[in-house]
Amino acid sequence: MTFPILSVIIFSPIVAALIILMMPAERKTEIRVMALMTAVFALLLSLWVYLTYDQSLAGYQFIEKYDWMPAFGISLHLGVDGISTPLVLLTGVVMFTGVIISWGIEDRPREFFAFLFLLASGVFGVFVALDLFMLFFFYEIAVFPMYLLIAIWGWVKTREYAAMKLTLYLFIGSVVALLGALAMYFQSGMGTFDMLMLETANFSPEFQKIWFLPVFLGFAVLGGIWPFHNWSPDGHVAAPTAVSMFHAGVLMKLGAFAALRVGIMLLPEGAKFWAPLILMLALVNVVYGAFIAMIQTDLKYMIGFSSVSHMGLVMLGFATLTEQGMTGAGVQMFSHGVMTALFFAATGMVYDRAHTRKIPELGGMIKPLPWVGFAFIIGGLVSMGMPGFSGFVAEFPIFMGVWQVKPWVAILAVISIVITAAYIMLAIRRTFFGEMPKEFEGHITPIKAIDKVALVLLSGLMIGLGIFPGIMVPMVQSGIQNVLRILGGA
Amino acid sequence: MDFLYNHLLSIILFFPAVAAILVVFLPNGEDKLARWVAFIASLVPFALTLVLWANFDATNAGTFQFEETYVWYSTINSNFHIGVDGISLSMVLLTTLLTPLAILASFNIKEKVKAYMMLFLFLEMGMLGVFLSMDLLIFFVFWEIGLVPMYFLINQWGSENRNYASLKFMIYTVGGSLGLLLAIQLLGVLFGTYDIAAITEGWTALNSGMVMGMPVATVKIVAFWAFVVAFAIKVPVWPFHTWLPDAHTEAPVAGSMILAGVLLKLGAYGFIRLVLPLYPAESAQFAGWLAFLAVMAIVFGAFGAYGQWDFKRLVAYSSVNHMGFVLLGIAAAAKAPGTASAHIAMNGAILQMFNHGISAAAMFFLVGVIYERTHTRDLKKYGGLFPLIPVFGGILIFASMSSLGLPGLNGFVSEFLVVRGAWAEMAGFTAAGMIGLLFTGAYILKGIKNVLHGPLNEEWAHGDHKISDINLREVLVMLPLMALMLSLGIAPAWLLGVINNAVTALF
Amino acid sequence: MFTTSMIMAILPEILLLVLGLLVLAFDLIWKSESKRNLGWLTASGLLFILVLSVAIARPAESTAVFGGMLRYDMLGFVFKLLFIFGAMMTTLFMMDAEKLGKRGESYILLLVATIGMSLMASASDLIMLYLAIETTSIPMYILAGFMRDDKKSTEAGFKYLLFGAMASTIMLYGFSLIFGFTGSTALVAITGFSMPLAIGVIALIMIGIAFKISLAPFHFWAPDVYEGAPTPITGFLSTASKAAGFAVLMRLFLGLFPATSQYAPTWTMVMAVLATITMTLGNVVALSQTNIKRMLAYSSVAHAGYALVGVVSLSELGVGSVTFYLIAYVMTNLAAFGIIAAFSKVTGSDEIADYAGMSRRNPTLGLVALVAFLSLTGMPPFGGFVAKVFVFAAAVKADMIWLAVVGILNSIVGLYYYLTFLKVVYLYRMEGENEEAHPIPLTRPYAIALTVLSFAILAVGIIFGPWFNIASSVAEGLF
Repeated sequence: MTFPILSVIIFSPIVAALIILMMPAERKTEIRVMALMTAVFALLLSLWVYLTYDQSLAGYQFIEKYDWMPAFGISLHLGVDGISTPLVLLTGVVMFTGVIISWGIEDRPREFFAFLFLLASGVFGVFVALDLFMLFFFYEIAVFPMYLLIAIWGWVKTREYAAMKLTLYLFIGSVVALLGALAMYFQSGMGTFDMLMLETANFSPEFQKIWFLPVFLGFAVLGGIWPFHNWSPDGHVAAPTAVSMFHAGVLMKLGAFAALRVGIMLLPEGAKFWAPLILMLALVNVVYGAFIAMIQTDLKYMIGFSSVSHMGLVMLGFATLTEQGMTGAGVQMFSHGVMTALFFAATGMVYDRAHTRKIPELGGMIKPLPWVGFAFIIGGLVSMGMPGFSGFVAEFPIFMGVWQVKPWVAILAVISIVITAAYIMLAIRRTFFGEMPKEFEGHITPIKAIDKVALVLLSGLMIGLGIFPGIMVPMVQSGIQNVLRILGGA
Repeated sequence: MDFLYNHLLSIILFFPAVAAILVVFLPNGEDKLARWVAFIASLVPFALTLVLWANFDATNAGTFQFEETYVWYSTINSNFHIGVDGISLSMVLLTTLLTPLAILASFNIKEKVKAYMMLFLFLEMGMLGVFLSMDLLIFFVFWEIGLVPMYFLINQWGSENRNYASLKFMIYTVGGSLGLLLAIQLLGVLFGTYDIAAITEGWTALNSGMVMGMPVATVKIVAFWAFVVAFAIKVPVWPFHTWLPDAHTEAPVAGSMILAGVLLKLGAYGFIRLVLPLYPAESAQFAGWLAFLAVMAIVFGAFGAYGQWDFKRLVAYSSVNHMGFVLLGIAAAAKAPGTASAHIAMNGAILQMFNHGISAAAMFFLVGVIYERTHTRDLKKYGGLFPLIPVFGGILIFASMSSLGLPGLNGFVSEFLVVRGAWAEMAGFTAAGMIGLLFTGAYILKGIKNVLHGPLNEEWAHGDHKISDINLREVLVMLPLMALMLSLGIAPAWLLGVINNAVTALF
Repeated sequence: MFTTSMIMAILPEILLLVLGLLVLAFDLIWKSESKRNLGWLTASGLLFILVLSVAIARPAESTAVFGGMLRYDMLGFVFKLLFIFGAMMTTLFMMDAEKLGKRGESYILLLVATIGMSLMASASDLIMLYLAIETTSIPMYILAGFMRDDKKSTEAGFKYLLFGAMASTIMLYGFSLIFGFTGSTALVAITGFSMPLAIGVIALIMIGIAFKISLAPFHFWAPDVYEGAPTPITGFLSTASKAAGFAVLMRLFLGLFPATSQYAPTWTMVMAVLATITMTLGNVVALSQTNIKRMLAYSSVAHAGYALVGVVSLSELGVGSVTFYLIAYVMTNLAAFGIIAAFSKVTGSDEIADYAGMSRRNPTLGLVALVAFLSLTGMPPFGGFVAKVFVFAAAVKADMIWLAVVGILNSIVGLYYYLTFLKVVYLYRMEGENEEAHPIPLTRPYAIALTVLSFAILAVGIIFGPWFNIASSVAEGLF
């Protein structure tokens, strides 16, 4: 019996959440320390999984399987492959940095961390679940704490609207996909929800063509695919910093990941049939998102729409159904996750001090907040796909994949790069350089040492991945090869 | 020592980056320390480049030497593959030489010294990377990386209009590289590798059939222009040159030195290293167009420069003018590859790149020197300064003459070679270019006249604004440049030999 | 002759009766101050019955007892346990409710109603069934109108009586027609019958049951009654009573008109339509409610609709899913009404707006509200999620994807108003923002009941395997 590391990763946040809930509400410091310890624990475990994942073997590893409901063929079947391992690490990183960033929450930190950890558990669960039912189970767990986290601790002006909008969108998406999953379950006649077995079900092409679109789009709603992306920028803006980090950093990946795992891997023929449509939608995401981001004056809205654009690249990569495109998409999920987490962390730090996120009202922030400024710049460079940073490493193969399918799509999508460069550079300059408005003098206090840890960790990951793509890309590629095997074999 | 020799290029390439990181971790407030660390750190690559030069097999300058290969991005089959041949060696020398001088020139920077020095060192790495890459993707990586430090150098340490200029610089170059990026992707997808040699072989051999649903010829023409536009913006060639005067004018002195001295060469180097080898047929086919653009750059650059009353803008336009000659040489070499005149023209173009690097850097530095003292760049506000600052005056005249192409100095040699080579192939364009050369003389003399001669502007002679002569540090910056101008003017063989061996082997 | 299985078959009912007599006796002995302790007595008695029944009264196979009056099978057994559990929780909620808690009658009436429900679940003869229904209904009429001084409560009791009586009558008319055509009242004897006007008979019975489980358009009594009746009673009414109705529905329709019957397509289609109307109407009207009890009344209408989806799919999976749904629903809704009871005991209000700041006034109660309402929404890891999935799965399996889609669309509407309530609880502040000054203390019975329910909801939602096995064992006797 080996150490059940994946179930420990999934359930330790829940256990911690329960413990935190039992602590007296006044002992805020103890609650925070407990939260941080849990996050460190999860980070170390996910790092451990990442480092000990055996690339030469590839395939699913750290497999655990417990019967949950044999009558229905539901089991707690866990395992990670090359695609999900980086995402588990990403979740660990975002959880850790998210807790750090939320250190200063004064309103009911107990409930905040408990909900946040519930969310984290759900996210971990989706990434490692190999059982379709469990995947949904964790998926929903990841979605609903979002409502409370945004509605309670979010930005007063829009939080109620945004939280409700987000929850409704995601819920609709997931139940539509759930319907597809049930259809698969009954159609296969195998009496199991085990995805590894459903992969071999050989659904008829007609069935796949009917069900692929609801399943893929149902999940892709969470990935922010156009025209169902509308919830995302509102949600980003309204959410408190740590939740924005989770939201854009991890949750959107959840959608893309599930769309890949359930949509493409279980319904490969459907994927082939609908890929051109997905490609078009994703292209709109990429270009439209960038244009909308350009005209935003609120930093968080800008980042929100840039996420729409970047997640479009993930979908674009998946829709190519080529090795390079999908590998790039896999890496882009990690890269974008770290990048937006960093963006939101930096934005949150500025907002906490200046109490505004309007780009025209800010300025000269680099002087009092040099670390934040540098981190934001690095995030910006990643966002522009600047070589040497993780964004390039991820986007380049995506474009190569697109070339192989529809060259003109690549040519159109690449426009987003120059637009991104424009708005990112403008935002950096207006926020961090130039004259600092008078009213901020003396209000901009330096950030805490612990915040620097978060910023450095996130920036370091992006630079490290950008310079040495070998530390992650082959792993993702090994996972993608499995997907291709399914696509080719069906 | 074996380690040093086996990894000489990567050490030259990455030493600046390591030093940059080191600079970041220096204590705050120690500006002087930061300056000296950066300066000394930038001398190391220069020294190593001299070692490289000494060990370089000049007779085989056409083959890549000191090659190193490491797996970089296995998924898309791109390797970290670097090496030097005669052409890139000269450019590496130019870069590692100008960087310490530029850092020395920026010792008067007072604000955010650490950040400045760090960016400068990163910039050096980016430029070196472009010259050393033998892998198309790595080439692009370094090509783009260089933008970031340059953007911030202009944006943070530039003059009044820096925001506009820096963004324009960024958007132009990023926009220009989009086509390049797409074309590189296309090649990568087609050949499954990014090794330049392998792609060249495959791409030139591919002459019929369909690619991406289109005839090969069409794709090649489109891709050719994608490459050309990206590099032409960087050079910059008329009509893509409009970012340059803005960027130059707003950039800090050392920024302009590097911008004119090295960054512009990246574009020209791209033509020589990628466009001509990858698209020999298209290059020959469109050589006339390239020559036309080159001539327009020469003529308009000269006219533009003549029309300026801002000293720095004048020098900036002169870069357009001079880089036009580089492109003219390249166009001539493209027209009739393998012929003697092609070789001559190409030799001239490469030498002109080197020469312009030196003289433009020198000119921008001198503009900076006088600006620092007068806080104006308006030519009308100078006048008759020669008696007040005789040493500066002498140096300025010397550098101007090099820029003007006075026989005996470096500029003459390269321009002569270009014209000599181009004449046989495209006499009409060359003749038109000569008109530009005439105006080169005119604007240079205009600059000298307004600064040094004519009636003395009394403001600079007395009182608070009394002008002081060039100081020792500034002279130290100029000395190596002037030495090179002279030596290349009188005996260019040491450099031209290496270049020529490479050119004859390659073209 | 009496056999062990006969005793076992009605063991819960016997024990309930004994308990009722005990309560009566103590009601006479104890002084009025200590009559609250009758609640502890009832609750612990019910717990004992529950444990004992689980331990020894589990039926091995489906057998007819008492001359075919009752069936001793899993369907009856599981539902009985559910009713006893519900009664136990309701007792705890009643203890500190005004006017209910210190009166022996209220506990006795509750126990009698539970006996009636238990018999409903196992009745296999039309006469027995009718008697059981009335045994359930009459105490409930009284309990609903228990607070005589309260106009609304009186109205509730009276309304419930009138509509209940009418529904019973209609159903009885249907029964009599069946007897008239077949000459028998035993379900076994009339299974699979065919006769003229069968559709009409089916309609009559269906209307009767539809009243009991408040299916639209026969639901209109529910909101008024739910609002007026004492809150613990409302909880019982909306859970156990509804579950009993479903037990009857399944036994009658799956027994009399099974999938092989020629009428099966007709009644399933009618019920599918009813389910659609019920879900949609319940959810949409719930949207605009400002009173939490009325909102939950409409929401429980909607939940009946979801559960009906499982019945309609007419399969073993369907029956199992309905049972599972009811198990989860009973626990969840009881918790919801428990919260309301606890809250209104302190504040005297049932308006949603008055819930502002509740999570600060009592964080634990806030968390229970979270658990209960998210479970109603159908979010994991709470019982409601798995329950909904199974019900929809049954529909998908029966190729009624459109019905599943309707259900999904409806649960989205549900999501909206449940979350709106949670928003008030968690996000909004009391006027003056001094929640700490207005705590909501929980008395011990509330604390115990709400804790048990919360963990039960989680247990059903996470370890759903064993629960579903129990639920599907119900189906085995029917197919």
